[in-house]
Amino acid sequence: AMDTDLSSQDRKDLDKFIKFFALKTVQVIVQARLGEKICTRSSSSPTGSDWFNLAIKDIPEVTHEAKKALAGQLPAVGRSMCVEISLKTSEGDSMELEIWCLEMNEKCDKEIKVSYTVYNRLSLLLKSLLAITRVTPAYRLSRKQGHEYVILYRIYFGEVQLSGLGEGFQTVRVGTVGTPVGTITLSCAYRINLAFMSTRQFERTPPIMGIIIDHFVDRPYPSSSPMHPCNYRAGEDNGAVYPSVEDSQEVCTTSFSTSPPSQCVFTVTKAHFQTPPPVVTDTLKVPVMGLAFSHQLSSSRLSYQPAALGVGSADMGYPVLFAGGLNAAHPHQLIGPGKEGGIPPIPSQPAHGTQADQERMCTPLDGVHYSAATPSSSEDTETVSNSSEGKCGSPRDLLDTIFIRKVGAFVNKPINQVTMANLDIPFAMFAPKNVELEDNDPMVNPPDSPETESPLQGSLHSEGSSGSSTGNTHDDFVMIDFKPAFSKDDILPMDLGTFYREFQNPPQLSSLSIDIGAQSMAEDLDSLPEKLAVHEKNVKEFDAFVETLQ
Amino acid sequence: LLSPQDALSHPPGVTPAMNCRAEVLEVSVEGRQVEEAMLAVLHTVLLHRSTGKFHYKKEGTYSIGTVGTQDVDCDFIDFAYVRVSSEELDRALRKAVGEFKDALRNSGSDGMGQISLEFYQKKKSRWPFSDECIPWELWTIKVNVVNLANEQERQICREKVGEKLCEKIINIVEVMNRHEYLPKMPTQSEVDNVFDTSLKDVQPYLYKISYQITDSLGTSVTTTMRRLIKDTLAL
Repeated sequence: AMDTDLSSQDRKDLDKFIKFFALKTVQVIVQARLGEKICTRSSSSPTGSDWFNLAIKDIPEVTHEAKKALAGQLPAVGRSMCVEISLKTSEGDSMELEIWCLEMNEKCDKEIKVSYTVYNRLSLLLKSLLAITRVTPAYRLSRKQGHEYVILYRIYFGEVQLSGLGEGFQTVRVGTVGTPVGTITLSCAYRINLAFMSTRQFERTPPIMGIIIDHFVDRPYPSSSPMHPCNYRAGEDNGAVYPSVEDSQEVCTTSFSTSPPSQCVFTVTKAHFQTPPPVVTDTLKVPVMGLAFSHQLSSSRLSYQPAALGVGSADMGYPVLFAGGLNAAHPHQLIGPGKEGGIPPIPSQPAHGTQADQERMCTPLDGVHYSAATPSSSEDTETVSNSSEGKCGSPRDLLDTIFIRKVGAFVNKPINQVTMANLDIPFAMFAPKNVELEDNDPMVNPPDSPETESPLQGSLHSEGSSGSSTGNTHDDFVMIDFKPAFSKDDILPMDLGTFYREFQNPPQLSSLSIDIGAQSMAEDLDSLPEKLAVHEKNVKEFDAFVETLQ
Repeated sequence: LLSPQDALSHPPGVTPAMNCRAEVLEVSVEGRQVEEAMLAVLHTVLLHRSTGKFHYKKEGTYSIGTVGTQDVDCDFIDFAYVRVSSEELDRALRKAVGEFKDALRNSGSDGMGQISLEFYQKKKSRWPFSDECIPWELWTIKVNVVNLANEQERQICREKVGEKLCEKIINIVEVMNRHEYLPKMPTQSEVDNVFDTSLKDVQPYLYKISYQITDSLGTSVTTTMRRLIKDTLAL
């Protein structure tokens, strides 16, 4: 009976709206937990790929995970789409922070116009989601992730599971949209008894241990779906790549009519995107981060080159260096690696430079385009839909998380290793160690956790634990919010505070590393008899030498 | 949120019509936090009250441009918010908020005032009557400026105001979610009576920002009531 009230075209449109609304909801939530500021451009001309008239990027992996969880279904009564946000410390403990629920109830609004009112209200709901994702406690935690903990997401479909949030969790409603087939509701349940685990407490290591033990319990429900870090990820080594949305992405070009609403012109076109597979470059251990940077300290001044790195999958034994540059025109797009080797390639258009360059980057581009279609000269462009034109913040926003630094001599890491820093995080500098060191060290490899985790997590554990040897220097010194006065330099998008935080935690000298020391000692012991024999042979020469000294 | 009855002093000349929704928010902030707190609230409201640019085509249909968004971190408050990616809109809001802040500062030690964001529709009248502006939604932010004694208090204030603003954002979203009256989507000839079409990348509903400085009794101390009018039609 319900379907006869809704034309089949309307029904099809509605299903499509709900499907893409669910996908965009996941994108907004995950992107809000990446730990970085999001910026997309407005475009006065509709591009046709911006669902709900909002510029929301599609991270391919996230879309892939969402589609996997949905498995072709749509949210319905009793079948909700949930995005679980959790925190995982470098010691391997994890804790659920939030569950975002997209649900459907039976309350139908038969009168509402699908392709007009429902669409616009879904757009409004996404705006509300953008706003609300910044005001729950997990937002501030996620902005400071990287060193002591990371933020993970997991998408599941079915019954909402809130028990992992601890007692007294709170709920915030983002909004509802009535449709002829039910009312869509979007809400967030979030843990509050981390309230005393403010971000500053994560910066003091000793007290955290006690708090963590109270709150980290075994997951009552072993996850059926794997946890994922909230970050950009390059893809598999075998070249399998997440298609951008689908191999052919349906786009929504909706025209609205001001005279009888029934005259809605709704066209759907297909656009084909080509996603060049990211190239696996060298071995690299990188922690989970939204945006990663390679550091290269030049002698006089920090030079700024965009680099976007993803985290690889440890199941192939080494992570993928998703090296590339930020597309100067679209700062938050990822560009696939164009070169091999550990140092990210310098794009043909450096992100910094003359004022003219900077202005050029932020000038609106004419015409409509999909970002994916044309790779820039030296890099491949990963498909990201929703490119748009228009200004995107100040040039500083583009640059403020990009810099390169050379690794110093005697530093215990291979020259092509990368350290990550999110400039908003104190203690962001920590030294990733060699792969062999981590593998051999039983203290570092964590016990298996009950959930199926993405293979990424293995590298995550190693990162954190091995980083602790240098990280412990911070125990005595608590820096909460380091904003040195007058230290901001508008030209260099790196301020004194960042510099100070960076160099607070220098990597260990290789000669001080225990394992290398142990190795060489063993060698030394083995070679002792030989050396003694040689010295015995040359005893006369030594005696003669000693006599010349007297 | 206070009830509309508590909005005792809306700026003169802006009388909410019978069907004008009125929402009031109150914040207590330090002087240096005024601008960021106001921008956070105003931008959050305008995020929900702006669309992409309309492009009218034949047969009375139109397509809508894309609205981009970006995160803004506050320097003096532990808070971040999302705003529409439009430099023109940001400039307009900053100008209004800057004037409000200056007026607050110059008014004396009490430091109380309110800033209002009104959405209105224009109704064309025949000559000799001028066009009417009919408000349909009025947001009033009452501000109480506090003075703090030491750094420790300021640090606490940073966090507290941040938490308060989180609550305000949730309140704003609640109101938006009620899906109450919104102007009907206009035809091409009417679009300037509903939307501000002067910006090049986004299209907010027609709005006005005004403010008032009050003393602790709630009465208007100064008659400096400035209107920043966002009309697109000159006449």
